[in-house]
Amino acid sequence: MRNKFADAIYEIGKTNPRICALVADISPAGSMVRFREEFPERFVNCGVAEQAMIGIAAGMALKGMRPFCYTIATFSLYRPFEMVRDDLAYQNLPVTVIGMGAGVIYSTLGGTHHTMEDIAVASAIPNMTVLAPCDPEEMRLATTWCATESTGPVYMRLGKAGEPDLTSDAVDPFEVGKIRYLRRGDGDLCILTYGITTKMAFDVADRITARTGKAPSVVSVHTIKPLDEAGILAALNAHDRTVVIEEHVPHGGLASRVKEIAWDNGVTKGLRSFTLKDEFIHFYGSYDELLVRHGLDVSQICDSL
Amino acid sequence: MLLKHFDAAAARKRCMTYRRRILDISQQVQALHAAGAFSCLEMVDVIYNGLMRGAGSDNCPDTFLMSKGHGCMAQYVILEGLGVLTHRDLDLYCKPDGRLGCHPDYGVPGIEASTGSLGHGMGLATGMAYTERHVHKGDGLIFTVLSDGELQEGSTWECMMMAANLGVDNLIAFLDHNGMQSFGNTAETHPKFYPIREKVEAFNWETAEVNGHDAGAVFDAVTKRKGGRPFMLIGNTVKGRGVSYMEGGAIWHYRSPNPEEYKQAMAELAEVSS
Repeated sequence: MRNKFADAIYEIGKTNPRICALVADISPAGSMVRFREEFPERFVNCGVAEQAMIGIAAGMALKGMRPFCYTIATFSLYRPFEMVRDDLAYQNLPVTVIGMGAGVIYSTLGGTHHTMEDIAVASAIPNMTVLAPCDPEEMRLATTWCATESTGPVYMRLGKAGEPDLTSDAVDPFEVGKIRYLRRGDGDLCILTYGITTKMAFDVADRITARTGKAPSVVSVHTIKPLDEAGILAALNAHDRTVVIEEHVPHGGLASRVKEIAWDNGVTKGLRSFTLKDEFIHFYGSYDELLVRHGLDVSQICDSL
Repeated sequence: MLLKHFDAAAARKRCMTYRRRILDISQQVQALHAAGAFSCLEMVDVIYNGLMRGAGSDNCPDTFLMSKGHGCMAQYVILEGLGVLTHRDLDLYCKPDGRLGCHPDYGVPGIEASTGSLGHGMGLATGMAYTERHVHKGDGLIFTVLSDGELQEGSTWECMMMAANLGVDNLIAFLDHNGMQSFGNTAETHPKFYPIREKVEAFNWETAEVNGHDAGAVFDAVTKRKGGRPFMLIGNTVKGRGVSYMEGGAIWHYRSPNPEEYKQAMAELAEVSS
């Protein structure tokens, strides 16, 4: 995803002179080198100074640019939080903050590098759009939207690397602000998810099909804010059961938003959520092993359904 | 490109009028940060009426942002004088039908960025200056006024480092060094805050230090800068300058004078030159 993001920025930047990239001593490889070499004036490495990165991006946006700020999610959103809120969101500037490697993918780096609350944090800010594409193509479309159509700040959560193609057979096209059926099932179970856990959602769906013969729907909720409330409500009503899977703490993310929608609309169908625990887990193993500790893996989800 | 001549006597007259206007408005509201506006008033006047090219006009290439947002009364009265804000705008300061609050809001005419939380202006100004100079390849100048308290924010130093790294020689910062913050005199509460000038120069900025109430000296220091680097004018000022009982009194950071205090202030106001 990182390198594909760099490719996307480079391609858009070739024809759009307002696109600029600011990084904080962390940069995707691949085409970001080409971007830096071909458009040096539009690439700024702010060093290990994330508050400066966001503030400078805001100043550039006030002078007509459309900056992308890139670093690991904890540092792009948490460290300069007040700059994100005041400089970007309060002034409603078209700046995209990339939260790279969100979730607990940096498993062995420990809790300082885990980003478990970013959706709640970013979604809490007025004017902020929150995106979490699930595969490289969805990321490319989301990046293009940020670069050309968004009118305010965006927080975009990205995985780290190696995400497979999950959308080439999607039922629906990508449209910011709308949920997207990647697979439409038989009305028994709907899985709502976004970003990196979308692959897990497909695996859960496949295992359920193998076990029961039923065909779950898999939905990419790539736009978490503004959330497609009508689309979520329709999904809840169209299925006997709905499950939310997200690599995020239980509160303030998609799971709690879907529960709000269900409650507000008197939905009485089944609704479950599988999330990270509200807990800092001091465990230094692989990413998959850490997810198991959080109760977020295909086997535990399928067994509990 | 900068004006060669600046009429300091006219500036003194303007600033007295501005102080009167600020005191008038203070009688309509509980709080308006008069003291912090008075300390930076001459510097803001020099920026708008001496340094910016065509301030208030649509084709002015230069930008001012008030990093110390709580000093915005100084900016408001000057924008009123330039015809950018209306008399009615200022009369409705902090009122439900108005559009001016205790801190500048982006979108209001003449306000180029929202400030108020300290430590944001240097980043905004650096990004603006970089875009003007290195992306648009223009000659637009970015002026900003910081409080000395803001120099305690780490974000300010991050951005000063970046401004120097990025070679934004079109960034001209003014430090309103009144030496006071909420807890008292900075020299006593945070003695290692000093020296200031050496710290700024260590970040490869060009600096000058003058009496910030001496408009002529402020103008000369800026126009005679060598250039090639970001520039900071350290203006030594007095918080509440111009009203005897406000000078050096921490309470006037926020409070408005009562009617009796207002009368006394208006009676004693005179031209300030140092």
